[in-house]
Amino acid sequence: MAAPRPLQFDTLTLHAGQQPDPVTGARATPIYFTTSFVFRDADHAAALFDMERAGHVYSRISNPTNAVLEERVAALEGGVGAIATASGQAALHLAIATLTGAGSHIVASRSLYGGSHNLLSYTLPRFGIETTFVDPRDLAAWSDAVRPNTRLFFGETLGNPGLDVLDVSAVAELAHAVKVPLVVDSTFTTPYLLRPFDHGADLVVHSATKFLGGHGVAIGGVLVDGGSFDWDASGKFPELTEPYGGFHGMDFTEESTVAAFLLRARREGLRDFGACMSPATAFQILQGVETLPLRMQRHVENTRKVIAFLSGHPAVASIAYPELPSHPDHALAKRLLPRGCGAVFSFNLEGDRAAGRRFIESLRVFSHLANVGDAKSLVIHPASTTHFRMDAEALRGAGIAEGTVRLSIGLEDPEDLVEDLDRGLAAAAKT
Amino acid sequence: MDFSVHGGRAYAYTGGVPFDASLRTVVFIHGGALDHSVWGLQARYFSHHGRAVLAPDLPGHGRSEGPALRRIEDMAAWLIALLDAARVVRTALVGHSMGSLVALDCAARLPERVEAIALIGSAVPMRVSPELLEAARSDEPRARAMINVWSHGAYAQFPGNPGPGSWVIGANLKLMQRAKPGVLHADFSACNDYAAGLERAAQVRCPALLVSGRRDQMTPARGARALASAIPGAEWVELDGSGHNVMAEKPDELLDRLVRFLAR
Repeated sequence: MAAPRPLQFDTLTLHAGQQPDPVTGARATPIYFTTSFVFRDADHAAALFDMERAGHVYSRISNPTNAVLEERVAALEGGVGAIATASGQAALHLAIATLTGAGSHIVASRSLYGGSHNLLSYTLPRFGIETTFVDPRDLAAWSDAVRPNTRLFFGETLGNPGLDVLDVSAVAELAHAVKVPLVVDSTFTTPYLLRPFDHGADLVVHSATKFLGGHGVAIGGVLVDGGSFDWDASGKFPELTEPYGGFHGMDFTEESTVAAFLLRARREGLRDFGACMSPATAFQILQGVETLPLRMQRHVENTRKVIAFLSGHPAVASIAYPELPSHPDHALAKRLLPRGCGAVFSFNLEGDRAAGRRFIESLRVFSHLANVGDAKSLVIHPASTTHFRMDAEALRGAGIAEGTVRLSIGLEDPEDLVEDLDRGLAAAAKT
Repeated sequence: MDFSVHGGRAYAYTGGVPFDASLRTVVFIHGGALDHSVWGLQARYFSHHGRAVLAPDLPGHGRSEGPALRRIEDMAAWLIALLDAARVVRTALVGHSMGSLVALDCAARLPERVEAIALIGSAVPMRVSPELLEAARSDEPRARAMINVWSHGAYAQFPGNPGPGSWVIGANLKLMQRAKPGVLHADFSACNDYAAGLERAAQVRCPALLVSGRRDQMTPARGARALASAIPGAEWVELDGSGHNVMAEKPDELLDRLVRFLAR
């Protein structure tokens, strides 16, 4: 028999996790707008609660529409399963809350989305979970920061705001050397550009709000389990390797060799913290996932054209994009991200805060708002919005200049984007 | 739960409750390069419905020590030693793929100790293509990819094992990746070399159920039919939409069949 060929990525974006509905024949994924699911009889009910049968009980724990999204993203990432959550922040919190508790410690890249930085810096310490932040490019710093109570490493595939490229395999190796997993936020890259599990990461979180959904219509997150981390061999995770009184005395690694983490995250974290996704949101994000390869390709193509334009413009002082030879991670990006470095990047305008304001206010195609990963092009000027309280020196400390502008390149005609930016740059240069 | 079998540590999952040898017992035997966790749902069901359950990791698999055994007959002998260690006098055996051959061999050899056999994704002979055997020997990632495609009937389950949100195909691949080097080849060679299957099948005297997936490309219907005809009185059921990985692809349908069969 000829060697079989598994379905490829672009096909999985359309088919993984879903077949035509067996009852109605619906080809699209139905939205199961129901809080709960009827039991066949009392024994069936008990068996569902006790994990003797697979099925749905209550939509906080699982829902058929959400399950399609979960299986699809897991398939695209090369994982064993996933959990859809209320937001990307909920996905990160679910990962952390499943693996840590009071007295635990995290080693994290310092180049993080502001929301994740807030969670780790300010909120989790209130619950006894501390984080040491490291320069993600300084591999020795990751190991030096490890303490006996360290339970996970965390970084973003493309860091904020300078797009530091996480050397996933190197950092995963360092994490595994101290028997803890590497959790990666892969929002900016999506599995189309990078599959972190292929490089040794253990858990992946997404803000599905961004490129997975892709149209700026729904807030959601996904937590994916790679299924390769050996929790038993680590010995640092009694939450997964010893009986849990909160769920039938279940020993999760005994129950599922490869999906122990997911079981606990769903049966405890989703159940108790309750940050579940609405099935309507799951449907909307699934619509985005179905065109992920087409969109990401166009996002990257448009980004390259915009960068080519900006690179030659006298009003632009610098651009941070790893495909440019000037970026410190250029070589790593060529190896890790051959399909492109995403569609979100920052550049510095020549000039002060006012120049940035003039630039933003002259744009007509780019939308001025605080999001990324939309089909429409987006722009924000941190010095006059998210970071407006900071003076120039404080901004520098955050890696931001007064003229820093962040763009999220959408799917418009690239010439229209270039023309719009040209208009903005002309306005910025006026004194 | 750990036992000592042939001088080595033998692990068996007991369905989430303490093992009680005074109850009627069901033993679940996994397939090649896998472990006890493929039986999670079915094992839990029976252990919570009045049965004692053992789902061992065969030697060299999962949590059990020792090199992987290279012959089905040796796996059967090991399993019987495990029953002795667990003080199980009589039991039903449920085996998947390679594990189904172990169940068959035990039932033929020990009619007084085996009260029923359920053979899932089974066929006799269980020939393995030369290309897959060679890949299992020299290129395990390629072998795992082949097995994974041939083992699954669909890219979606409603819902699969162990529950909603599980990507069954990915989980099967990752579980095979956990197998120690050489185990895949040892297991598939054992299946391929098991020549006594039809002879053993004719010797079976206990009730027998065969469950196959209609889309199974690892042990296609031809081999299952031959086995079903060789076992006196065997019942053969084919499940729509399932491939070889029946426990994960059709967990509920399989459980319903097992419950009905083992209630006899």
